[in-house]
Amino acid sequence: MSWINLTAIWKIVVFGLLAGAGLPAIFALGLLALSKGGRTQAAGADSADSDVVVGGNPAGIAAAAFCFLVVLAAIAWGIYEVYKIGHPAAK
Amino acid sequence: MNDFLLVLVVITALGFDFTNGFHDTGNAMATSIATGALSPRVAVGLSGVLNLVGAFLSLAVAATIASGLVDTNLVTLTVVAAGLAGGITWNLLTWLFGIPSSSSHALIGGVIGSTIAAAGGHAVQWHDLVAKVVIPAGLSPVIAALVAATGTWLLYRISRSLTEGARTHGFRIGQIGSASMVSLAHGTNDAQKTMGVITLALIVNKNVSATSNAPFWVILSCALAISIGTYLGGWRVIRTLGKGLVEIESPQGMAAESASAAVILLSSSFGYSLSTTHVATGSIIGTGLGKKGAEVRWNVAGRMATAWVFTLPSAGLVGAGAEALAHVIGGTAGVVVDLILLVAVAATVYLRSRATKVDHNNVNDDWTGSLAPAEPAAAA
Repeated sequence: MSWINLTAIWKIVVFGLLAGAGLPAIFALGLLALSKGGRTQAAGADSADSDVVVGGNPAGIAAAAFCFLVVLAAIAWGIYEVYKIGHPAAK
Repeated sequence: MNDFLLVLVVITALGFDFTNGFHDTGNAMATSIATGALSPRVAVGLSGVLNLVGAFLSLAVAATIASGLVDTNLVTLTVVAAGLAGGITWNLLTWLFGIPSSSSHALIGGVIGSTIAAAGGHAVQWHDLVAKVVIPAGLSPVIAALVAATGTWLLYRISRSLTEGARTHGFRIGQIGSASMVSLAHGTNDAQKTMGVITLALIVNKNVSATSNAPFWVILSCALAISIGTYLGGWRVIRTLGKGLVEIESPQGMAAESASAAVILLSSSFGYSLSTTHVATGSIIGTGLGKKGAEVRWNVAGRMATAWVFTLPSAGLVGAGAEALAHVIGGTAGVVVDLILLVAVAATVYLRSRATKVDHNNVNDDWTGSLAPAEPAAAA
């Protein structure tokens, strides 16, 4: 066995970026889609203080729901993989 | 075989697991508490439950600890007990000073120190120690920082057209999810270390064979101990991580937590017993680097890094000392004396901690350069 397992490090970096930075980015896209529809902008001068997240545009809400589902599905799959790898006898 | 001694070792190991829990609550929850995504009490409750669940998720790291680091033929129950004493002592001291040091390194350092004292350096599997513990310890915070910085940059980039309020609100909700994942990952990674040590004790005492997995009662008791420790909340460490290192906004919190969860879960799957503390700290620094204008308090980071370097050798020295003492006294009595001393240390640290109390009331007070907030919590 070598001192550094380059394959493992390579995988941790790539999958780490995909899961650790990619998934929150998809969540952020969902938030962005959710806010479409103008209700947040309609607050006018106060808009900077508004913490209303849902904009009210149906297409936006659907897109947001899709993004959030992708994130949840990815997490569920990840947990399943960790379980599978961590219980070799259960294969 | 000595079943009385075995029981003592198991109790000590669960004690370590408990300190592991409250020392590390901050890894998962500090950023959520700091941004107000979760109230302090809800945060520690949620984290406790998820640590419990996480402990059942994987056994890869337990195997590394149980049979990968020391020669199980040369280790005795006394050695394991002394090693645990070293780990617990270091955990309590760093907690007192609010330093988020690695519980894993405290444990591994303690066991290796006592092994060297008892059987000499050849009983340690140095190659595995370096390849599976030391190198991951150096690399993991860097990888976590890279992932967190990337995530932070992406989140601010994507959400820049949102109003300030909507962004804070939205990412606070996201943080609940990402912090939950860190708690799950923590249970998966850290509870296994104690499982590994108890399994090591069972192997040494010939209760199970050298290649065994952790028995179910070991998994369950470790899961419970770490979860109760987590629930009690290491407020001192939470404060350092959440307020001391970087002033954190909710998108940064979510980026830091997601990066930590991903890196910890991936590494656990490979059987690397890396430190969740190192990863969480790397992530928090990363979110400071990924956001323009954010300030990383490098003096706090430097103090932590110093503690990290000293963790393995210091816990090792205490472990070696405890082993030597137990050896001089001899037999079961030696271990009992060790453990009485350990309880005395724990009581002293607890009493000292009362003088500068940090709890759920003052954990989020402004950082004034020191651990204990300027105003005492008595007013609250």
